[in-house]
Formats: sequence, structure tokens, C-alpha cells
Amino acid sequence: MTKDIVQVRNLRKSFKDTKVLQGVNFEIRQGEIFTLLGQNGAGKTTVIQILSTLLKADSGRVIISGYDVNNQPGKVRASISLTGQFAAVDDMLTGRENLELIAKLRADVSPKQTANGLLKRFGLEEAANRLVSTYSGGMKRRLDISMSLIGKPTVIFLDEPTTGLDPEARLEVWKTIKELANNGTTILLTTQYLEEAEHLANKIAILHTGKIIANGTLDDLKKLIPPVKKEYVEKQPTLEEIFFAITGKKETN
Amino acid sequence: MNPLRETFILLGRSMRHILRSPDTIITVTIMPIAFMLLFVYVFGGAIHTGTSNYVNYLLPGILLISVASGVSYTAFRLFIDMQKGIIARFNSMPINRSAVLWSHVLTSIVSNSISLVVIIGVALIMGFRSSASILAWIAVIGMLLLFMLALTWLAIIPGLKAKSIDGASAFSYPLILLPFISSAFVPTNTMPTAVRVFAENQPVTTIVNSIRSLLEAGSAGNDIWIALAWCIGITIVAYFFAIRIYRRAA
Repeated sequence: MTKDIVQVRNLRKSFKDTKVLQGVNFEIRQGEIFTLLGQNGAGKTTVIQILSTLLKADSGRVIISGYDVNNQPGKVRASISLTGQFAAVDDMLTGRENLELIAKLRADVSPKQTANGLLKRFGLEEAANRLVSTYSGGMKRRLDISMSLIGKPTVIFLDEPTTGLDPEARLEVWKTIKELANNGTTILLTTQYLEEAEHLANKIAILHTGKIIANGTLDDLKKLIPPVKKEYVEKQPTLEEIFFAITGKKETN
Repeated sequence: MNPLRETFILLGRSMRHILRSPDTIITVTIMPIAFMLLFVYVFGGAIHTGTSNYVNYLLPGILLISVASGVSYTAFRLFIDMQKGIIARFNSMPINRSAVLWSHVLTSIVSNSISLVVIIGVALIMGFRSSASILAWIAVIGMLLLFMLALTWLAIIPGLKAKSIDGASAFSYPLILLPFISSAFVPTNTMPTAVRVFAENQPVTTIVNSIRSLLEAGSAGNDIWIALAWCIGITIVAYFFAIRIYRRAA
């Protein structure tokens, strides 16, 4: 059984004279990876901030897990987790301490066990007792995402999770996101990379000039352009393929 | 949600930060001690305060300088939390939002208190003596805690609003200078009129005077009421603005 876990209706938000959101509508079903695709400044982060109760919309309605973000922000917060644009991890604590901190704040009954489980699951066991300031960008992101899983949120918001990461770290994060979705977590992801949306999402919505101008599966979106014309061309490797060929890493799906 | 429990969990986090960056304690403790040594053993002989024990005269001002430099770290820590999205993470979690700010305030109170205890210890070695009663000491401690609270809430504002790390901590420089233009090191009556008027009417002088007379005579007279009014007034105004900025920014 699938149902809409997130409903966004006619969302509007302006900052001074700039109309950022001008009537945004979409819904996300349980277990979906929903990607909000848009250019820099399209308003993706604004949508995430409103959905995660950090910002109030000028008008419109947002229902998450049956609760209105305006009337019951506390209930909403209990069922979501936010992974912001920059890894919101504490550099001065170890990976383990970061996880235990969030677990304690979420009133987890056994913070130590929860932290151990997540460290194992995200391949951070070896680095567990090192200060996060020594972590690589990819490791910080993985820790960040693992912190978001504490308290078993129904929906996870990932705001540009791979921006600023090197290609290898990006693949790491993609793998993590896929695993989360396979375990039934609903994910709202924002990205400016077309490839990322194509690779991860069940549903893609394109946010442009404050509105969702297209929304559907990748196949739905493909129907919006004229049918493919067959042409034979010599295929040049992409830079990414070259990069992985020489560094010896394979793209894992 | 349990605001008190959450505040203490977050207090534990910030205290870990302090223990792991000893420069916080060193700056806040060593600098005032260096001032104390300098004023007592270098300038002290040339300063005439009308008291025989200059350490006694100096200590209240030194304590205030320590607090003024200590709160700049509160602004610094809060700025880092804002910038790294840690505040946003906390605020999107089912925890009490004011717990996040109060944990920073308590961290400031705890760490500043540790610095003050160390400084008073050094002052005792240097010859600080007080015949004040327990009650007078309680009044002194209360006064110092109120001063910390006032400056900490003041520090929260640049912590939330600053655009850079330098901006976040720069606000405390004038606060550190205030004791120099007060009765903290020399009596105000030798100062030129304009400076004297400023010195005698700024909060540090009344706070220093009331702490000094509590330690010397065991009572503070009228100064303490003016000092209390300053501290409570600054706390209320700063708290009001800090909360307003926090609600908007977070």
C-alpha cells in the first residue's frame, strides 16, 4: 500500500521583492526517492527549509506524515530528518560522539548501540574514534546522513548531498541513498546535477522560476521531448569514465 | 521533549569543545593574570589608590576583563554552529529550540566561572586578602554571575548575526577595554573631566566599586543597586534582541 507521505499545496514564499516560490505543488509517496531538480537559486533549499519547519511559507499548505508544518511543527520534526547543504557535523567531536549526541537528543534508549550499528552500516568503524575534523568530505557526508537516520524518521530531506564532493565520494553517497530507499525510507533529494536525478530518483520534479514545470518518472519526462532520432556516432568517453578508468574505481550501481 | 535534559546534553557537547581547545581557557585565564602581574609588579608602585594592598584594589577589574574576553568565545562557538548548519539540524529535530541557546549560555557561565576561580587563586598567592563574610562573598558571586549572564546574552547577538569569525569575536574588544576606562585600575578622580564623567557613569565602575567594597568592607552601599540595575538591564535588552534574531535566523 502506498500513500502520500508529503503533500505540498500552492506553496509561496518571497524574500523582500524576490518571489522565490510562486505556487509549488507536489506529493511524495512512501518509500520513494523524489528529486527536486533545479538550477542554483531556483528555490530548492527554500522548499526544504519550509518542509523541515525552519522557515515559514507566506501561503500554501504542507502536510508531512499527516501533520501540518504550521500547526504541528513538533510532530513534523519527530517524523523527519534534515541533511542540509553542508555536512552539519561537529568537527570537534569524534564520529561516534556525533552519533551518540544526536541519539541522546532524540531520546534513544541505547545511544551507544545505535551509534555502533550506524558506524558499522556506513563503514565508519575504523574512523569512529577520530575527530571528525580529520575526515574526508565523503566520510563527513556519510556521517551526516547516518546522523539523520537516528530516531527512524519517515522522511529524510537531503539538500544537495553531493555538491562539493569528488566523484568517488559522490558514488559513495549515491550508494548510501539507494540503500536507504531499499529499506523503505522516503527521500526528498535536491540536486543541480541532471545525472544524479537520473541515477537515483523514482520521481523527478523540475523547479524553475518558482514553479514545478515538470513532474514524473524519468520515462514520463522523456516523453516531453520529441522521439529519439537514431544516429550513429563514435562514442567519446566522458571525463568521468576516464577518471574512473585511470584511478581504477568502477562505478557501482 | 525535555528542555532541561536537552540543555544539559548540549552543555556536555560544548564543554567537550572547550576541553579540546585549551586556548579558550588559556586566553581567558592567562591574559587577565598577565594584566594582574603587570599592574601589581610593574605599574603598581606608581599608582596611588589610597589602599595598602593593590591586589585587593585590582582584582574586581581583572575578573571583569576575564569575563569580557571569555564571552567572545560564546559568540565564536555560536557562529560556528550557525555557519556549519548545526543549529539548523538541531532546530529540525524534536527538541526544545531554546535549549540550544541556553546550552551556549550555560557553557559560558561554567567556563567563565572556572577561569575566575583560577584567577582568584593566583591573586591569593599574590597577596589578595579579604575579611568579607560568607554573605558578602555570596553577593560577590551573585554579582559576577549576573555580569556573565549579561555579557553572554550580549555575545549571543554577534554570534547569530556575524558574517565572519572575526566579526563574531571582535565585539568583545570594547568590552575588554571598558575596565581600563573605569575605577578598575586607578581612582577616577585623577582623570580629565570628560574621561572621568564617562568612567564614573559606565557600568564597569559601579560593578567594580560594589564588588570591591563587598570584599573590603562587607557591604556595598548604593553602588550595588546601580550595578544590579546595569546587569539586569543589559541582560533583559540583550535577551530580547537575541531571541528575536534567533527566531528569525534559525
